[in-house]
Amino acid sequence: MSTPAVAQAPNAHPKPVQRLADRVFSGAALTAGSLILATLAAVAAFLVMQSIPAVTTDPNDISILSGQNFWSYVWPLVFGTVWSAAIALVMAVPVAIGIALFISHYAPRRLAQGLGYVIDLLAAVPSVVFGLWGANTLAPAVQPFYSWLTENLGWFPLFSGQASGTGRTILTASVVLAVMILPIITALCREIFLQTPVLHEEAALALGATRWEMIRIAVLPFGRAGIISAAMLGLGRALGETMAVAMVLSSSGAITVALLTSSNPSTIAANIALSFPEAYGLNVNLLIATGLMLFAITLVINALARYIISRRKEFSGAN
Amino acid sequence: MAQTTAAPAVRLSSPTPPPRGQMSNVYASGRLGRWVPWAILGVSLIISLAVFALFQAASGGDFNVAGAIVLTGVLNGILIYVTALLVEGIRKAKDRLVTTLVSSAFIIALAPLISLFITVLSRGTERFDLQLFSESMRNVVGQGGGVLHAIVGTLIMTGIATVISVPVGLLTSIYLVEYGRGALARAITFFVDVMTGIPSIVAGLFAYALFSLVFGPGVRLGVAGAVALSVLMIPVVVRSSEEMLRLVPNELREAAFALGVPKWLTILKVVLPTSLAGITTGVMLAIARVIGETAPLLVAAGFTQNMNYNPFEGRMQSLPVFVYSSYVSQGTDAQAYLDRAWAAALALILIVMALNLIARIVARLFSPKLGR
Repeated sequence: MSTPAVAQAPNAHPKPVQRLADRVFSGAALTAGSLILATLAAVAAFLVMQSIPAVTTDPNDISILSGQNFWSYVWPLVFGTVWSAAIALVMAVPVAIGIALFISHYAPRRLAQGLGYVIDLLAAVPSVVFGLWGANTLAPAVQPFYSWLTENLGWFPLFSGQASGTGRTILTASVVLAVMILPIITALCREIFLQTPVLHEEAALALGATRWEMIRIAVLPFGRAGIISAAMLGLGRALGETMAVAMVLSSSGAITVALLTSSNPSTIAANIALSFPEAYGLNVNLLIATGLMLFAITLVINALARYIISRRKEFSGAN
Repeated sequence: MAQTTAAPAVRLSSPTPPPRGQMSNVYASGRLGRWVPWAILGVSLIISLAVFALFQAASGGDFNVAGAIVLTGVLNGILIYVTALLVEGIRKAKDRLVTTLVSSAFIIALAPLISLFITVLSRGTERFDLQLFSESMRNVVGQGGGVLHAIVGTLIMTGIATVISVPVGLLTSIYLVEYGRGALARAITFFVDVMTGIPSIVAGLFAYALFSLVFGPGVRLGVAGAVALSVLMIPVVVRSSEEMLRLVPNELREAAFALGVPKWLTILKVVLPTSLAGITTGVMLAIARVIGETAPLLVAAGFTQNMNYNPFEGRMQSLPVFVYSSYVSQGTDAQAYLDRAWAAALALILIVMALNLIARIVARLFSPKLGR
């Protein structure tokens, strides 16, 4: 490979000595790195492999489907997954932005870090504990409120129908989801808000802006891309969250936008968790196929969020 | 001359207030005092307490604490907006309204946290006894029984997951920081980020699919659960140790190279020891994250009532799955199952909190001091 010019003057560019240990070590590092790519590829490959029978087999042979088409089985689940995650996101994002602003710009400096830890505590609670809390504490607590809403605001499509007696509706599940994705969105937004150039903030204040006007004209425009990607990462988390939904929601598989009734759509992840332990034969393949759809949806959302972050490299705290 | 200039200076700095009826400070005119927001908060609290006390007196039942707090928040926002609008003008009014909203967002987030901890503490302590930690659920139908089998299963599976994830994750981060250039490193960085977002249940399905290929369909193994956990754990380890390795100053590496130390020894003896505290913290936080995972273990490792020490044979119970299964399939004595679920949830939370706490202490005590 070496050109004659290099061969004539070997001392001009001495090749670094490659010891055996060096090669072994860098090889091991390279292998580990490639292993991650291989794992991700294997996840996709195995899921696809196991899913194919579910789509190709006659629906009458799969007992969960009971003659239904595969897509008509999956569609309510996809709807429930996206719908519950979207409601959770709508509730979580404004609150998360508020908390992030409170910690970064409103709270006293000395308290700010401690308050950040308090919010991070929410992230440390295991999802199954959230599920237990949501089903046993939150659902009974909000049920009277749901009854009141259906009686007085029943004309509004979201609140129509008869209120569920247990309170274990899709709105309750979404509230639990919102609480669970709150810490991640807050942490990302906080990092982004803290990276606002101080000169921009001081310039705004020097022009006579109030604190809110300073945030509106300096902090929020600077952090817009970061807020969007933080919300999308939270959405990815909410889409894949299993236990909270499986334990809180009592689902009937209906496609409806009514939030407070006892007929609720289930989500893909919760459906797998509830059906998988008793599944056998082709039912397993069917459930894995729904899992593949969930994988694809979250993959697209996460990749999109990461792409937005990487386009704005200055938000280094956001990844 | 000196006396005449000194006299006004003394008068300016004198703390005695000017006579009543006179403007005390021109810059404070048309602004609310520091005490006004707190006074308004107090007033709205009193009003809403009174309203809900009346409700209670009229209809009976419990005092609606949540309703009173919500009404206080709403009243406080309206009152402060109107007051500021009258005294200070629209811009300051908006500013104060946003301050109120932002502060209440924080309180909204605190509410579930406090409620959750109170519930878990009060209901978990019912069965938080020695029996819980010394017995399994074998042949237990009603009351009694414990979670020892679940704790052992959690320790075994999380341990295997850690043994798999830490070398892979650490070596990957070393590759990314020390060796990786070009397209492959960029791809790994991107896909590690993507991998962070894999739904946990999909990781469980992957482990199941992988092991059912070898052991036949219907397989549930402890080691399958461990593989599922490590799929979730590796990206977390990579991210945190990568960050820590990047913090190691380049001068240290260059000094080692200048002394003729080979690259692998530089990494092993200089870079890693410098960042060891941070890496340990990251690994512990990663363990804390996966130790509470339920869905992948439910799918890949199943659940059982019996003690199982062998990860390569038979189903293996874990603490989160125990909580889930005793909630979902409550037996004839439902309260006993619920009590055990809450006690196991309390144990789980305590383990996770302890891991988080130790991780932060390690980070604080052993991290290299900066600014030397």
